[in-house]
Amino acid sequence: MFSRSLLLKFLSATIVFGTWEIAGRIPVSYAFPTFFESMSALVVLFLDGTIFTAYAETLKPLVVGIAISGVLGIGLGIWTGLSPKFDWLFSPIFIVMQSAPLAALIPLLIVAYGIGLTSKVFVVCIMAMPVIVLNTAGAVRNTPSSIKEMGRSFLGSERDIILKIIIPAASPIIFSGLRLGISAGFIGAILAELKITPTGVGDIISYSRSIADYPSMYAAIFSIILLAVLFLNLLEKVEKILFVGNIRGYASD
Amino acid sequence: MAMLQTRNSSAQPHVAGVENAVSARNISKNYVDVEALKDLSLDFPRGQLTSVLGPSGCGKTTLLKIIAGLLTPTSGKIEVNGKNVTGPGPDRAFVFQDFALLPWASVIRNVAFGLELRGVAKSERNSIAEKYIRDVGLDGFENSFPHELSGGMRQRVGLARALSVDAQVLLMDEPFSAVDEQTRRKFQEDLLSLIQTENKTFIFVTHSIEEAVYVSDQIAILLPRPSRVSEIIRPSGFRDKGVDNIRRDPEYLDIVDRIWASLRSYVE
Repeated sequence: MFSRSLLLKFLSATIVFGTWEIAGRIPVSYAFPTFFESMSALVVLFLDGTIFTAYAETLKPLVVGIAISGVLGIGLGIWTGLSPKFDWLFSPIFIVMQSAPLAALIPLLIVAYGIGLTSKVFVVCIMAMPVIVLNTAGAVRNTPSSIKEMGRSFLGSERDIILKIIIPAASPIIFSGLRLGISAGFIGAILAELKITPTGVGDIISYSRSIADYPSMYAAIFSIILLAVLFLNLLEKVEKILFVGNIRGYASD
Repeated sequence: MAMLQTRNSSAQPHVAGVENAVSARNISKNYVDVEALKDLSLDFPRGQLTSVLGPSGCGKTTLLKIIAGLLTPTSGKIEVNGKNVTGPGPDRAFVFQDFALLPWASVIRNVAFGLELRGVAKSERNSIAEKYIRDVGLDGFENSFPHELSGGMRQRVGLARALSVDAQVLLMDEPFSAVDEQTRRKFQEDLLSLIQTENKTFIFVTHSIEEAVYVSDQIAILLPRPSRVSEIIRPSGFRDKGVDNIRRDPEYLDIVDRIWASLRSYVE
């Protein structure tokens, strides 16, 4: 027996892929392959191992960038949320970072850090970090003051209040920031490979486009979306394990 | 009216044989340009319940938070058992108006949270918490979450948390104002038996005249702008007549009327 939510997910996938197939068959554009053509191109990429060597390359800046953004972003966010001084210092930097036209700034990064891994990690971080920092800071700042007072009146230390009250209270919004930040990081990783040096998945995309092998190009794009979705699902599972109470609603309703 | 003792704030009553658990001495509190409390002095006799009653905005909650050590007074001092208050301490526990429960924590973790912050080992604090959960009538709900409970039950959790740290002074900030009328009456009766059984000093902030007269040994009436104690009333005649008879006792009715007469002009 399928559960109701699984059934709905299946239905939604069928509608999206069905529309894709129909649009490819019309065709809406010569450069737009059907769903099945793209999937068979993906199978070919898997069988000849191209996709594995590509991801070995793409995952480097992606994993490093997301790890840095996650750890540093949440850390800076908590700090910024707790201290008005650091809020004043850091928030403008991240607001500028978030709204900057990144593609236009990539040449500057290349001048500064070359065409290697460092520049690509920077691109991932610039995409992923601001939303993580700003969400975390906002959530920390908006912790209900009565539960913080409760912590103080029951003799909680500064550290207890941060670890046992502020962070759990902020965790739902911290996690939603992580989800947004990580999806932006995936976009950043591909952008870096298209704009800096064509390696990994970005190389498959730009090479297939240049030889008009559109099914392979869409297969590569599809694979990165699939990976991002799987990763975000994993993150949701982690949240449910770490913060059991989060999925149970709130007392002050 | 003969049983009614009333004293002016300048002449603090000293009841024979009862010492003060908490004293507020010349407390003033100024926010940027608002004078919340001005030169307020008030004694809280040990083992009794003192209500702080007044119209909204008269600084009741500010006074309570200063006693709790959550706010520092601009001038003046608070003494608990003869010692100056510089911050929150193990001798005081707070019951919050909005319950202040952790929504992600079960009832038992919420009740044990005060002990958790004091570093009490898990098995020990859970067995203490279980006792107080039973005492407030929530047995069977140990593993429920706050959002699964009614407003009244949530405040019972808040009360159990305050009782479980075994502080001598219980500070209650309009604890029953967010629960419904029937639950509130039950709470008031339970509070009276709590005063009998637990040898604690209760400081109770409320805006309900009936509630203050019903539960208090001493009622301090605060008037606003700037806040000061205008009157101290000690109901004495009806406390031993049983919970069912208080509300029709002539002294109870007289005091309620008199307090309303003095507060009426301050309520807009």
